Amino acid sequence: MLLVVYPLRSLRKGLCRRETIWQYYISILNWWSVSHSQITRLYSRFTSLDKGENGTLSREDFQRIPELAINPLGDRIINAFFPEGEDQVNFRGFMRTLAHFRPIEDNEKSKDQNGPEPLNSRSNKLHFAFRLYDLDKDDKISRDELLQVLRMMVGVNISDEQLGSIADRTIQEADQDGDSAISFAEFVKVLEKVDVEQKMSIRFLH
Amino acid sequence: MQPPAASPGPAAPAGAELLRWQWQEVQAPCLVAAWILVASLAKIVFHLSRKVTSIVPESCLLILLGLVLGGIVLAVAKKAEYQLEPNMFFLFLLPPIVLDSGYFMPSRLFFDNIGAILTYAVVGTLWNSFATGTALWGLHRAGLMDPGVEAGLMDFLLFGSLISAVDPVAVLAVFEEVHVNETLFIIVFGESLLNDAVTVVLYKVFNSFVELGPAHIHATDYVKGVASFFLVSLGGTAVGLLFAFLLALITRFTKRVRIIEPLFVFLLAYVAYLAAEMVSLSSILAVTFCGICCKKYVEANISQKSRTTVKYTMKTLASSSETIIFMFLGISAVDTSKWAWDTALVLGTLFFILLFRAVGVVLQTHVLNRFRLIPLDRIDQVVMSYGGLRGAVAFALVILLDREKVKAKDYFVATTIVVVFFTVIVQGLTIKPLVTWLKVKRSDHHKPTLNEELHEHAFDHILAAVEDIVGHHGYHYWRDKWEQFDKKYLSQLLMRKSAYRLRDEIWDVYYKLNIRDAISFADQGGHVLSAAKLALPSMPSRTSMSESSVTNLLRESGSGACLDLQVIDTVRSRRDKEDAAMHHVLRGSLYKPRRRYKASYSRHFISPDKQERQDKEIFRQNMKRRLETFKSTKHNVCSSKSKARLKEKGRKKKNISLTKETPNGKTQRNIPWQEAAPVLVMVSSEEEESDSSETEREDDEGIVFIARATDEVLQGKTTPGSLDVCPSPCIIPPSPTLAEKELPWKGDQADLAVYVSSETTKIVPVDMQKAWNQSISSLESIASPPGTESGPQHRRFVCPVLEEGRPQSASHVTPEQSSCFQFPSHISRSGRSQSDSSPDGPEQQELQPLMATEEQGRMPPTVEPRRLMFHRASHL
Repeated sequence: MLLVVYPLRSLRKGLCRRETIWQYYISILNWWSVSHSQITRLYSRFTSLDKGENGTLSREDFQRIPELAINPLGDRIINAFFPEGEDQVNFRGFMRTLAHFRPIEDNEKSKDQNGPEPLNSRSNKLHFAFRLYDLDKDDKISRDELLQVLRMMVGVNISDEQLGSIADRTIQEADQDGDSAISFAEFVKVLEKVDVEQKMSIRFLH
Repeated sequence: MQPPAASPGPAAPAGAELLRWQWQEVQAPCLVAAWILVASLAKIVFHLSRKVTSIVPESCLLILLGLVLGGIVLAVAKKAEYQLEPNMFFLFLLPPIVLDSGYFMPSRLFFDNIGAILTYAVVGTLWNSFATGTALWGLHRAGLMDPGVEAGLMDFLLFGSLISAVDPVAVLAVFEEVHVNETLFIIVFGESLLNDAVTVVLYKVFNSFVELGPAHIHATDYVKGVASFFLVSLGGTAVGLLFAFLLALITRFTKRVRIIEPLFVFLLAYVAYLAAEMVSLSSILAVTFCGICCKKYVEANISQKSRTTVKYTMKTLASSSETIIFMFLGISAVDTSKWAWDTALVLGTLFFILLFRAVGVVLQTHVLNRFRLIPLDRIDQVVMSYGGLRGAVAFALVILLDREKVKAKDYFVATTIVVVFFTVIVQGLTIKPLVTWLKVKRSDHHKPTLNEELHEHAFDHILAAVEDIVGHHGYHYWRDKWEQFDKKYLSQLLMRKSAYRLRDEIWDVYYKLNIRDAISFADQGGHVLSAAKLALPSMPSRTSMSESSVTNLLRESGSGACLDLQVIDTVRSRRDKEDAAMHHVLRGSLYKPRRRYKASYSRHFISPDKQERQDKEIFRQNMKRRLETFKSTKHNVCSSKSKARLKEKGRKKKNISLTKETPNGKTQRNIPWQEAAPVLVMVSSEEEESDSSETEREDDEGIVFIARATDEVLQGKTTPGSLDVCPSPCIIPPSPTLAEKELPWKGDQADLAVYVSSETTKIVPVDMQKAWNQSISSLESIASPPGTESGPQHRRFVCPVLEEGRPQSASHVTPEQSSCFQFPSHISRSGRSQSDSSPDGPEQQELQPLMATEEQGRMPPTVEPRRLMFHRASHL
């Protein structure tokens, strides 16, 4: 019981007004189904990132993380935390995004097939990655979008032509309907042999 | 084994000797060579039957062969000879295997699982040796063993330490054939490599304890034992890292002595082994880590040819060492003088090593699974327990024991031999069925795709970022840190500048894919071409539509002269009609100087000027063909309009990047490859020819023209009427045909330029003429003898000379193929001729041509005549 109370109390700070504590808590548990201590741990991280102490994180809060600043995809990942059109994320949103990286457990695979797909399902993990590429949110990775990501990820030593040819080849490899862009279905298809469950999970978030 | 006597006669007793019998002087190397020969021949024999090798692992067969050979030697010489000597084993046979496994270790996978590997290697081995030793001692104390076995606790612990280590050679030999999933493989194999340190330390500690005698062991000795474990393992690793660093640093400066590059790899790794051995550190660890760590930098530094050399030499050495080890194990077992059999000891050892390994694996996995993202399941554990093969290391160690100090040595030797044989033969034989029966997840070997590589990289970045955000310094965090460090300091220090600049994994995959596609294309093209000569009519049925059109076109274009003879005389088929159509098309556009080649037997005979032009022409023709067929099959055919515009732009500014040249991003997206080619064309053609205005138009149209021709050919299958239409100038814009008739080499210029990539001109402002020559010469170098480095001028003639005797249709194959896979030599050659600062130029340059190839290879087999028609109309 103590375990439950503590995070609840600490959560209150980051609470939206319209929701009751209980709803809030349950919603996190729903995505997560983790121990309370895990939530506490992440909450303390959340508050330590929250320099403004207003219960939400801004982009600047994220950008203050030194390692993230040198991560080539850092900005994209930060953006992934923010719902469209907003520049603040509360703890719930924070957890919701992190829930994508929870490992899939064996018992989860079997249970409730018809319920809503958990956030850490394979397709949701992939979709998370897909959204990082898809800037204009048209559910397609165009050549330009791919080039942008490539530019970020490869060193400066690769020339634009080379990047272009890589992008072309990548698209061509994945493209099935001939629209010179990678749709999400095609994205899933090309990665079907990749162990996404493993490669997009962090044990810490268990 | 009888010496292979090759001396023709006995030595004359007196007077001047004509020949002398010198067996004594060559005996040792001759025997070595003979053994290697026997082992290699045996391998050939084993692999004659696919069935046998698919069931029985090679190591088993080799041991059995060794037994037979040992028996023969014993029968002939009346005494056991040619044993597996520990010195020979540790100094010569083991290092190549360990180096091979270290160098080709999938490092990412290895470090991903390093925790599990270390646990099994250290804790597992400690547990195994102590448990086995104590249990055997208990058995001895219980009086179940023969009283002849004089051994105390220390002796049994010593024996336990040497018998419990999983052997990398045996594991590799068996698991390479089983193909379990890579995680399982890396854990078992990594364990077998790393547990060497534990084994060696335990062995040495216990050995010294035994030699000291139980009475003289003090408490400090135990402490020393523990300390020496850390010292030996960490020291060995440090030696390995040091030599890896040295090796990488040395290969950075081998630019001008490419030929000895591979030597450094072997030499330094071996020195690392010897150095570690010298100070009694773990030599296996030293070589393993030397191999793992140097690979990235060495591979980046050395040339492509050296890379191949290293790979093959290493594999050859490792494979022959392995072969000899197993064979000698068999031979050594025959020597009964070393044997002393005790059933209880043998059975007890077998039982205990199996039991304790299983127990150890289950217990450790239970703990490890708490920390693993993907837990190891039951089936994995079974395979890991069962995969604990013992091998030659144990045998060599037991032979090394001192009979004076270890009284029960003979018993131990016999037991070790039985254990090794049992694990290698019985477990090796049964592990494959077991894996199948348990349905262990096998490794799916699929070729890496660019998408996978790219997205997995993205995943890594994402995970690292998420770990940063949640403030958890986990595996990804540290890997990310390491990569930053590596990029900032290590790579800069250890890679030559050119390699460092080009270093990128995504790019690497892209490069490899291109090379692979090019080679496969060349193979396919070569095959089809040769087949075409023999069986023309059977061809189309065998290949898919687009493929046949591609190959057909290639063939046709290649054999403009002889086509008449071949095709018309053979059976009339649709193919023939196509051929005829193609012939007409090509006759107009082909430049046919081939006959001159026949006269030019001497390389130096013909004036280089003409020769060069001819070669260029062949080259261009082939390139053109490839580009065209690619275009004709590609669904979104580029608009010639945009190309023309591009060209004009390209003409104005040569050295501006392609993307900048393209005025609108839309077209670029659709027609990336095609656009690239024409632009290049311009660049190079200007360099070559002064009258570029004419050329460029022709280039453009020439391509379009042929592309349609291909299409016509395809259509011709269904509607023969179109045969006449196809070459006629009323549909086709007349200019290309005419132009190509007049200036065929000009029209083809375009295609040659495809090879000379835009990148070259842009990144590295090389002299285009030079690059041109290089690319030209690269195509003959395949045909030329490997030694000819005399310069492009001479080499240029080789190709025609070789082709002389063949039908002319073949004449185009050679350049085609060579242009695809002749890159390594091309790299080195051009790298040499260019300035030091820009050695990456040619490499990129080679990539460009492959793009067309690869597209072609992966073309969907559907051609879209509709669009082409449309395109044609618009063109008109």
